[in-house]
Amino acid sequence: MLRCRRHPGKLKKTKRMAGSTTNEQRPKYLSLQAILFEIRLPLAGWVSILHRVSGILLFVSGIWLLFLLDRSLSSAAGFTSIQHYLSFSLVKLSLLVLVWAYCHHLCAGIRFVLLDLHKGVDKASARRSSIAVLIVSLALTAFFGARLW
Amino acid sequence: MVNRIVVGAHYGLRDWLAQRITGVIMAVYSVIMAVVLLSGQPISHAVWSELFAQGWMRVATLLFAASLAWHAWVGVRDILMDYVKPTGPRLSLQVLVLLVIAGYLGWTIQILWR
Repeated sequence: MLRCRRHPGKLKKTKRMAGSTTNEQRPKYLSLQAILFEIRLPLAGWVSILHRVSGILLFVSGIWLLFLLDRSLSSAAGFTSIQHYLSFSLVKLSLLVLVWAYCHHLCAGIRFVLLDLHKGVDKASARRSSIAVLIVSLALTAFFGARLW
Repeated sequence: MVNRIVVGAHYGLRDWLAQRITGVIMAVYSVIMAVVLLSGQPISHAVWSELFAQGWMRVATLLFAASLAWHAWVGVRDILMDYVKPTGPRLSLQVLVLLVIAGYLGWTIQILWR
């Protein structure tokens, strides 16, 4: 569940942090219940896991996005049919989810590259950049969503 | 001796670095596309097909698709290595992912040079 490759120390640290706020028994194991209800991910952790979720979502949706591109470029009639298809709320909503996934993946990716370049690695700025990623990607989604509707 | 497994990582920096470089390429393409699409006329079929008829656009999109293919491969492989531990299922899924990526890439080329 937690990204171990990028932050080898994170798993241990998160467990310790969770333990210090609740007075629970040691040792603590990563059960599903612990993952869902007991371990509170720091914001950077949310950015990280959402980066992974959005990446998988985009990968799986590739076939649908290529279908949209294919039809829309095939002919004038194809373009019109895609326009009509995109007027359905459920289709629009699905596209909006993918727009969010793309924006989040992009913003979080920029953050990770900057972290790799040792920019903003101290706790305060890492937290600030996590908040920025979450807010900016939602704002971009709202912006593109407004244009889509 | 290092215990190397056939479906493990490549024990090097290449994929890690490639994922970042391809990410930057896609980020640049995304920004350019956003500017082109938002600053131009409302998208009709004429505008849309004219945009993709241009040589630079086809090449840039192909570059994007190739970057995406490599980027997605490293990303999905990392996820499979984290969550799918047995060698058999992991290798099968990795092969499946590679086939899907090759399919995506082939389809993209077909769309671009119709």
